[in-house]
Amino acid sequence: MKGSYDIMIVGIGGQGTILASNILGEACLIEGRSVRGAETHGMAQRGGSVESHVRIDGKFGPLVAPGTADLLIGFDMLEGLRYSHFLKPEGRMVVSRGMVIPTSVFVQGLAIPSEEDIIGKLSWIDLCLIDAEGVAREAGSVLAANVVMLGAASHHIPLAEESLVCAVQRLVPQKTIEINTRAFAMGRKAGENC
Amino acid sequence: MDQRYLLGNEAIALACLESPVGFVSGYPGTPSSEVIEILASHPDRSSYVEWSVNEKVALENALAAAWCGVRALVTMKHVGLNVAADPLMTSAYTGVTGGLVIMSADDPFAHSSQNEQDSRMFAKFARIPCLDPSTLQEAHDMVRDAFALSEEFGLPVMFRPTTRICHSKGNVTLGPVLAFTGKGEFHKDPRQYVVIPAHTRILHRKLNQKQPVVKKRLSELVYNQCQVRGKTAVIASGIAASYVEEIIPHDVSFMKIGAYPIDEEWLAGFVRMHEKVLVVEELFPMVEEAVREVAGTVAVYGKKTGHAPYEGELSPDSVARIMASCGFSTGIQYPSVQPVPDLPPRPPILCAGCMHRPVFYAIKKVFKDGIYPSDIGCYTLGLQLGAVDTTICMGASITVGSGIFHAGEERDVVATIGDSTFLHTGIPGLMNAVYNGARMTVVILDNRTTAMTGHQPNPNTGCTVCGSPSPPISLEALCRACGVGFVETVDPYDMVTLTAALKDAKARPGVNVVIAKQPCVIIARRAGIKRGRYRVDPDTCTGCGICIKFGCPAIEQHDEKASINDLCSGCAVCAQLCPSGSIGKEGVR
Repeated sequence: MKGSYDIMIVGIGGQGTILASNILGEACLIEGRSVRGAETHGMAQRGGSVESHVRIDGKFGPLVAPGTADLLIGFDMLEGLRYSHFLKPEGRMVVSRGMVIPTSVFVQGLAIPSEEDIIGKLSWIDLCLIDAEGVAREAGSVLAANVVMLGAASHHIPLAEESLVCAVQRLVPQKTIEINTRAFAMGRKAGENC
Repeated sequence: MDQRYLLGNEAIALACLESPVGFVSGYPGTPSSEVIEILASHPDRSSYVEWSVNEKVALENALAAAWCGVRALVTMKHVGLNVAADPLMTSAYTGVTGGLVIMSADDPFAHSSQNEQDSRMFAKFARIPCLDPSTLQEAHDMVRDAFALSEEFGLPVMFRPTTRICHSKGNVTLGPVLAFTGKGEFHKDPRQYVVIPAHTRILHRKLNQKQPVVKKRLSELVYNQCQVRGKTAVIASGIAASYVEEIIPHDVSFMKIGAYPIDEEWLAGFVRMHEKVLVVEELFPMVEEAVREVAGTVAVYGKKTGHAPYEGELSPDSVARIMASCGFSTGIQYPSVQPVPDLPPRPPILCAGCMHRPVFYAIKKVFKDGIYPSDIGCYTLGLQLGAVDTTICMGASITVGSGIFHAGEERDVVATIGDSTFLHTGIPGLMNAVYNGARMTVVILDNRTTAMTGHQPNPNTGCTVCGSPSPPISLEALCRACGVGFVETVDPYDMVTLTAALKDAKARPGVNVVIAKQPCVIIARRAGIKRGRYRVDPDTCTGCGICIKFGCPAIEQHDEKASINDLCSGCAVCAQLCPSGSIGKEGVR
């Protein structure tokens, strides 16, 4: 049996997956718990598909093995589907509604699955869709969508709400603390039934 | 004792401040780049820090600092070590007085690299010690210790983290930051520092004499350790050791290797206590070869028996499969799962408004049947636009181009190279092409920065890593000084001028240079440059698809009509391409 709670955060370079994984790591530190993580840096960040691995209570390597993640947080539906095989059968997925269509689809004329197709392909998963952009806009800035997603998924994360909120406040830029604190709370509410 | 959640490269940088380091140099390369950036911007920094123009320059600078008795760090990625190989090999002969740590970050699986070479082999080749961390805490502790070991042995020490150390995160316990207050002083000693044959023969003997001492000392450290727990054993190195530790059963012996060269006597003692040994390591079978040398009749499993791969990176599940294939049970069973098939890929792509895209577009228009050697940078993504035919290593666009010409190829050769890469190792190739009478066009993609690795400044930027202003290089004067007759600088957002300059270059004999100059669009955005967005008039758009084929991530196609999304940075190139004149500035019509 693994002794860690393993989370995948997936999205597109520039959507804030690294900040989201930093917030989880910082919250672990606040609770005095061990944590391991791995993420995509370098060229892949240029609008490419990115993944962050976070292992709460992890004491060994940073990578989450396919088929073993407890929770997947997706900032884009297509990326959620792309990494869905990382989830274990009883795992949960919290995904931001909507998707950015890859440029390759237009240039090469590829087929793109519809939102309904994606939901269908994820029927084996305990799936929860969140209107992260809408909630973030209401909280004060669409840039806070990543924090909204953390709030929505926080019901399943084995860290105290106070630790996560404290980590958000420590890591976001000074002038956005208020917006992000609100974004976390509103995200948490939006994810109540997740 | 301070406990923090850190990126591996952050833990490495902070360990340097604890040492304390006095001199830092390097050239950017994923996954090594953050170390220098963190050191340069740290409020408690007391050391000198520079981005050098290439890795050879960086290592020679750092070596000199270490000769002056100052603790020095030089950072690079694994392939950068090839560029620095010349000083590396002889630095082991001259040795050092101040600690010299050479950080060469390896990239198994080539996440961001052109090959999967193993820096441990370079350390062995040069006969210098090598430290290979398995965790972030170990990476931190090794760097701190590496400076002292370098001084103890009088040898440069290689520190070799991999991508999953540099770019992984974890809680790390830190020590206090110390201020560097020393001052370098060079003591003349030609027998040590002038490697003429008479001196170097003696230095080589001295280097060889150091080896047994180094092995013995490294075996006393915590980085090579073992626990005897049964008749079978797993030996692992680097990050792979942390994968093995998570799943190894309690009745299987375990040895972790983190420091090289390995003491053979110590290794033999462990191996011979077992009936069967499996070696798990990434890339080259370096530990496995050492184990085989001392194994005698003990059965050894690993790469050479086909149980473990020579290429790629390992992972928890692949290590479990390797162990199972050799008859070891594992504490965790990993399911065999497959990704969802046939999803549209989302590879990295040139940004909306990137200056490289119109240049590639124009090159393909003007040099329809051309051969396009290119180089290492964001612009390697020009591959997606069909405008990159070769990439081998830093600076190899112009050299490959002149080689193709002299081989007798009659089609036009157009080499593309970024400003940072041109300054790194591109200039000798340009000089050589002019000198030897090649015929080709060189396009310098001048975005004023080293963009791909995170916008590190270079001599073309106008400032140093610490923010001091520096005289910007004149690429035009440099090219002319190499003997290039035609040097034309153009704005790549201006398709008419860009195309005209390329046509002009095409018509001329010899080597011609077009410098396409625009700041990287990410830097421009951060600097607050706003050009305004563009939009497509759906009433006049004919759906011809020309703007779609341009491949900008800001341009989408819905219901046979193009549209522009909010990624648009206002470069206006698509508006110049649109044959129906349907693209214009938002709010202006």
